[in-house]
Amino acid sequence: MFKGSADNKIEAAMSELVPEPRQKPAVPMKPVGINSNLLGYIGIDTIIEQMRKKTMKTGFDFNIMVVGQSGLGKSTLVNTLFKSQVSRKSSGWNREEKIPKTVEIKAIGHVIEEGGVKMKLTVIDTPGFGDQINNENCWEPIEKYINEQYEKFLKEEVNIARKKRIPDTRVHCCLYFISPTGHSLRPLDLEFMKHLSKVVNIIPVIAKADTMTLEEKTEFKQRVRKELEVNGIEFYPQKEFDEDLEDKTENDKIRQESMPFAVVGSDKEYQVNGKRILGRKTPWGVIEVENLNHCEFALLRDFVIRTHLQDLKEVTHNIHYETYRAKRLNDNGGLPPVTAETEENHESNL
Amino acid sequence: MAVAVERPANDELRNLSLSGHVGFDSLPDQLVNKSTSQGFCFNILCVGETGIGKSTLMDTLFNTKFESDPATHNEPGVRLKARSYELQESNVRLKLTIVDTVGFGDQINKDDSYKPIVEYIDTQFEAYLQEELKIKRSLFNYHDTRIHACLYFIAPTGHSLKSLDLVTMKKLDSKVNIIPIIAKADTIAKNELHKFKSKIMSELVSNGVQIYQFPTDEETVAEINATMSVHLPFAVVGSTEEVKIGNKMSKARQYPWGVVQVENENHCDFVKLREMLIRVNMEDLREQTHTRHYELYRRCKLEEMGFKDTDPDSKPFSLQETYEAKRNEFLGELQKKEEEMRQMFVMRVKEKEAELKEAEKDLHEKFDHLKRTHQEEKKKVDDKKKELEEELSNFQKKKAAAQLLQSQAQQAGSQQTKKDKDKKNFFFM
Repeated sequence: MFKGSADNKIEAAMSELVPEPRQKPAVPMKPVGINSNLLGYIGIDTIIEQMRKKTMKTGFDFNIMVVGQSGLGKSTLVNTLFKSQVSRKSSGWNREEKIPKTVEIKAIGHVIEEGGVKMKLTVIDTPGFGDQINNENCWEPIEKYINEQYEKFLKEEVNIARKKRIPDTRVHCCLYFISPTGHSLRPLDLEFMKHLSKVVNIIPVIAKADTMTLEEKTEFKQRVRKELEVNGIEFYPQKEFDEDLEDKTENDKIRQESMPFAVVGSDKEYQVNGKRILGRKTPWGVIEVENLNHCEFALLRDFVIRTHLQDLKEVTHNIHYETYRAKRLNDNGGLPPVTAETEENHESNL
Repeated sequence: MAVAVERPANDELRNLSLSGHVGFDSLPDQLVNKSTSQGFCFNILCVGETGIGKSTLMDTLFNTKFESDPATHNEPGVRLKARSYELQESNVRLKLTIVDTVGFGDQINKDDSYKPIVEYIDTQFEAYLQEELKIKRSLFNYHDTRIHACLYFIAPTGHSLKSLDLVTMKKLDSKVNIIPIIAKADTIAKNELHKFKSKIMSELVSNGVQIYQFPTDEETVAEINATMSVHLPFAVVGSTEEVKIGNKMSKARQYPWGVVQVENENHCDFVKLREMLIRVNMEDLREQTHTRHYELYRRCKLEEMGFKDTDPDSKPFSLQETYEAKRNEFLGELQKKEEEMRQMFVMRVKEKEAELKEAEKDLHEKFDHLKRTHQEEKKKVDDKKKELEEELSNFQKKKAAAQLLQSQAQQAGSQQTKKDKDKKNFFFM
């Protein structure tokens, strides 16, 4: 008994001497997998439905840019893709207008809805690209526009009181129209794609593919793919961003066989075999836009809209935007208040 | 090269109708697929006294036995214990983290009980904020540790909320989604339960505690959320033991006077809690945490550090300008410090030099002194030597003189002494 009280006395004395250590907040341990112990249904998988409902309510933004020389059918193709008059062709521009002397950027937005899903679609057209006699640096206004959108988003993100949903005007996808010469890529094509594949997702398409026979098409595509590879141009889907084996195999197939898509666009309907389908009527037959035997429009549409739309947005946000942001912050010496890093950066700048 | 950008204002956006099936109605599926492959995070914080049934309730909710030892009542303070688990149901992977408040309500002095909890929540927000502010960041595969739901366990006294409960909830309501629940509800009779619930809700309202509101803005869930809200706070009973009722086994607590069935809505509100927490509002809880609580934390934190969106003239400031100003300030300070250090260094060097010079002078003086002393000594010795030599020479002279005298005297006296000697010798012989 005596001993006990002595111990207590010592303990009490010690606790007076040593101040109570500040409790360090616990950090979660590595997760323990407990698949096998689940008995009965919890309902965790309902989160998928919950998430889906929320996203349907907020809607989606999608911004697509079309680049290519005049007359390659850019506006028609975009209209065909979204089955409505979304391009500038329908917003007051007429064919008799003069080709602009410089590259202009025209963005037109629409709201379209399908199956309860609302999408704010913006089509960014670039009239004047590649149309001058001297086309040097004609990609610069486009690059500038793309970077301006990143800048706008960054400014919003960096605000103290931020909006609940930052409006997304960044270009998610850039369709580059290649002239169906049948030979190879033009120097302008290569220069543009070299510069811009680092800032935006580029999807090269071969325009007006109805001018080539099947053999010519295959050969041309092979040559284009080869040239892109030789010049180190990474078009979407970029090899380095394949997340897992599944993605890789799927994307490899697209990259090595289907792309660049040889497309034909049309917004006129014709009667073929009792059905009304989109097509182009020629003296020698009707070219069916959505017929895979005739052209690869359906592949492009499925690729861009039905399977990879979300991925296009994610690559833009997680990779291109982050690259821009990192470069921008580095140029300014870093963004506070990460004190450790600020000092690091100051050291390098001093 | 001029660039003309035409962009119609938002209200000019045209609604278009599609002339055929485009296919973007698969967008929600595309989005969901991406999230499914990554997995979801969900973090629950359980606040309540020791022994009130937090661990049991978690076990019951997730149909699993999360291993943990029951806490003792002797904890010196409140600490938070977090455990993470990976659950899977069909193709959904959930990274669940359950944070427990160990020792809550056990101390004699509970003034600071809420502090570790608030600190933990803030730490998770801070971690996310730091990641968001990094230059090279990876938010899309960031393991979110922010608390999405806080289950506050109220003791079934049958009277009213304890003051500790009110204080704690008031501190937490702006930081986390609070869902109050009455624990061990099988100790309260039905009629008392109704009164108890009303008392609790009115106390929460009168004290301005903001608990989580089940969302009623979306048609599909508005109805069920509204109906369930009426039953707040949910009176729950937890149990992992199974009892045979009728012809199947169900979770229940067996007493001598009867069996309390956990999943029977007449017996307790467990099913309602599960519906609300997991099956209906899990995504909303995550969203509220991110868009409301986290944004509030971020705003406060950045303002605290001196960043504003608008300057005193309420013109919009860019964070960049503020940053540049701060950076210049910081650089200026650094330079000043550098100067100071340099000056101090120079001063110190001077001081040391002076010291050393002093020491050198001293040394020289000593040396001179010693030299002089030595010379004096030497002189003395030389003098003495001279004296001695003189004396010696005097002595020699004297000796020589004496010898001469002696020899003279001897000669003169030798005859005499010879005679004397002879005489002497004569006598001796």
